[in-house]
Amino acid sequence: MNALQPIRTWNHEALRRQARLERSTPFSRGKAVAARDMVSLLEALLEPGDRVCLEGNNQKQADFLAESLAACSPQRVHDLHLVQSVLALPAHIELFEKGIARRLDFSFAGPQAHRLARLVQSRSIEIGAIHTYLELFGRYFIDLTPQVCLIAAQAADAEGNLYLGPNTEDTPVIVEATAFKSGIVIAQVNEQLERLPRVDIPASWVDFFVVAPTPNHIEPLFTRDPRHITEIQVLMAMMAIKGIYAEYGVERLNHGIGFDTAAIELLLPTYGESLGLKGKIARYWALNPHPTLIPAIEAGFVERVHSFGSEVGMEAYVAARPDIFFPGADGSLRSNRAFCQTAGLYACDLFIGSTLQIDLEGNSSTATLGRITGFGGAPNMGSDARGRRHASAAWLKAGQEKNGGQTPARGQKLVVQTVETWREPGHPAFVERLDAWQLKQDMGMALPPIMIYGDDVSHIVTEEGMANLLLCRSPEEREQAIRGVAGYTPVGMARDHALVENLRDRGIIRRPADMGIDVRDATRDLLAARSIKDLVRASGGLYQPPKQFRNW
Amino acid sequence: METLHLDLPAIQDASLNPRAALYGVVSSGNLEVLVERGHDATRCVFEVQTAAHGFVEVWKAVLTDFAARHPVGGLSFAIHDAGATPAVVSLRLDQAFQSLRGA
Amino acid sequence: MRGLAQSYREALARLRVQALLDPDSFSEWVDPAQRVTSPHLAALEAPVSFDDGVIVGQGLLYAHPVILIAQEGQFNGGAVGEVHGAKIRGALLRAVRDKPSAVLLCIDSGGVRLHEANAGLIAISEIMRALFAVQEAGIPVIALIGGTCGAFGGMGIVARLCDVIIISEEGRIGLSGPEVIETVKGVEEFDSRDRALVWRITGGKIRRTLGEATLLVDDDIAAFSAAAGEEVGARPRFFKKRRLTPAISLQTLQAAQQQLSARAELDAEIRDGQVLWSRMGLGDQVSLMSPEQFNRRLEALES
Repeated sequence: MNALQPIRTWNHEALRRQARLERSTPFSRGKAVAARDMVSLLEALLEPGDRVCLEGNNQKQADFLAESLAACSPQRVHDLHLVQSVLALPAHIELFEKGIARRLDFSFAGPQAHRLARLVQSRSIEIGAIHTYLELFGRYFIDLTPQVCLIAAQAADAEGNLYLGPNTEDTPVIVEATAFKSGIVIAQVNEQLERLPRVDIPASWVDFFVVAPTPNHIEPLFTRDPRHITEIQVLMAMMAIKGIYAEYGVERLNHGIGFDTAAIELLLPTYGESLGLKGKIARYWALNPHPTLIPAIEAGFVERVHSFGSEVGMEAYVAARPDIFFPGADGSLRSNRAFCQTAGLYACDLFIGSTLQIDLEGNSSTATLGRITGFGGAPNMGSDARGRRHASAAWLKAGQEKNGGQTPARGQKLVVQTVETWREPGHPAFVERLDAWQLKQDMGMALPPIMIYGDDVSHIVTEEGMANLLLCRSPEEREQAIRGVAGYTPVGMARDHALVENLRDRGIIRRPADMGIDVRDATRDLLAARSIKDLVRASGGLYQPPKQFRNW
Repeated sequence: METLHLDLPAIQDASLNPRAALYGVVSSGNLEVLVERGHDATRCVFEVQTAAHGFVEVWKAVLTDFAARHPVGGLSFAIHDAGATPAVVSLRLDQAFQSLRGA
Repeated sequence: MRGLAQSYREALARLRVQALLDPDSFSEWVDPAQRVTSPHLAALEAPVSFDDGVIVGQGLLYAHPVILIAQEGQFNGGAVGEVHGAKIRGALLRAVRDKPSAVLLCIDSGGVRLHEANAGLIAISEIMRALFAVQEAGIPVIALIGGTCGAFGGMGIVARLCDVIIISEEGRIGLSGPEVIETVKGVEEFDSRDRALVWRITGGKIRRTLGEATLLVDDDIAAFSAAAGEEVGARPRFFKKRRLTPAISLQTLQAAQQQLSARAELDAEIRDGQVLWSRMGLGDQVSLMSPEQFNRRLEALES
């Protein structure tokens, strides 16, 4: 009877990989590919409908490979399914405009948000889903495994070992998923070296590498020039430090990348120090090496920082502070987005960041009409980790507040949204309905692109005061707590004044004066650095800011 | 430019002895406010010139709250606004008033 | 609780005036309550300011009487209009009459206010004439430059007429602004977004190096005040300083012309302050040198 069974092959993927490699032979010498042969190699190797991860990170971009892919003939290479965290380059969009790619699963599209929305409206693209980073990385191993990945590294040696440099970001997780599922790994490098400073990706996982004509593009996304921090942001930072960091004893945390949180970083050595908080708060961080963190590091507030990526200009500073950061034996930073996101989700007690819109349930979104931005790191880090099982003082206190003062079975993450009530005249941050809902309808999405869900948010800080949503006992209280800090936005002016005063009496809403903060103290003189040059000085000359941030 | 005149009831703090003084600056997203002695101890007068159109109701709410928050009877506030948010307006007015009290 | 010194660059003109002079010594002329505002801006429906962006008056600097003029760089880029210019000219002429120890001219301006171009241009020439009259009367004019706008256009010229220029590294002096040069001559000539380059060409350190500013000071109002105090003889001198403008005569003008021609020839290939500093043996250290270190190194090289 077994003779009648058809014979099933169990190595179909390996055979397919072998065929791809054989088709590529004319265009490579061993693993090395000349830059001019890259388009031909891709055309030979790719098959229509392939799932391709084109490494696009927050900062580091496989730009040469992206341009090479965009230069392929759509007759030969078409209908690709791109699975990548960030859509940052014009070439990424061109792939869809030319029909080389058709489907996209991604996380973030900041710089290309507008063009992406137009592609959706013209039906030139199918979007699978907009993911959080960890979610997308998870799917790389389940149902979105790349058949080919195009990655960026700092250097290769002759064998094809790779050194990733300080900006690791997504590379390890992409390569792991591709290389161990019979996929093809192609790397662009800035240089070929006889001997690498360290091996981050072993040659046996790498199929091809190419020395790109120009070094890969890196954007200094995490540099916030202190001169743009407003006194309103200083005021809100004072409230966050005194009303949240100090009260809960927050030692482990992650910050967003806006000026609001940069203000907090720069207030730690001045205002935080004056409150006697050194050694008590903000000791352990999941954070890229923000230049605005330098004064707090130098002042002894910060004890450890693990990073998703690096930041342009921070290389020498990071190398000179090995106790704080995670350098390799060679001295340069080792970062890793997947691990740092995990740390932010499970090992931090607080996330604080800003947003563009908050609704009456506390849902927040950075999506606005006509733009599909997706999410950065906020959704993973700005959510309560239901799988967490270790306790900390801050986590327990927040859990207790949420549980009506009773000792709970689990704690609660502090998720703080800090936002000025009006971003500018005509643009209130507090709204009855998020633009995300309209966007869902216009773009035919399954879900509205909500960055942080209201039920994860513990506090909202505005210039008017702070709302502690953990203490609210009904949806009505929650709504009034949000209206009660929404200032002179239409949402704020529609508050029930009596109920808001009641919430204030119960400490659910606290004004600056209720926290012992005098608004007159909220000046830029309180910042530990008011300019990029102050940051350079604070670093002892180790921080080397990119030229667009210098005035010397 | 849009102009707004508002005359509100207010309590006076007799210990204040205001000399005319100017706070802030007319630059984008900011405003200047000139504080002077008014004519009626039970009223507070506001004259606003603003570059942002369509925000009269917001201005009224911000100024009414300010006049209720502090004993500003007998004072007049003349404002040149270049698109400041309500947060900045409130902060600037509070700073101006606190400075009158004498640092 | 204060983090840093009181930044001159960040302070509004009113705060600069208060912090530069002896406490409560300043009395303002044509004060804001008089509401002498720009009729030109009002006619264009543009926001006006109660002081038209400049503060003038008299006060004491280390107990020495001075007349002080302070432009507000944040109002229309400190640009000079009719009222603004008339206030500056009036204050200068008042100095001729009252004979204070010095005139402090806090320049923070992109030049002439475009909204009132002709009136502004005339105002600049009137300011120059008045400034000569002050100098003729033997009263030094001390320019303080450290605001966000620097001293450009007509006010760049006015700055170079002053007897003394006290400047911070953040301060700038120039004629056409970087954006203007880029617009007219192209980005190859001058990339105005390259902030580092802009400052290496127009900033306080290069101006001091070229002998076009007297002294470099920290971005700290107290440092500006102390340096101005030295100039009025109220404080001992920390550095040797020369007057920038010797008494004007045909001879001195010809000498200056010769010097500039020689510099233009000699330095034809120097298109960046960094090149000059390297030739002087200052290398890459310049950018992080404190004003005090910088002044000392230059003094040593100059002597």
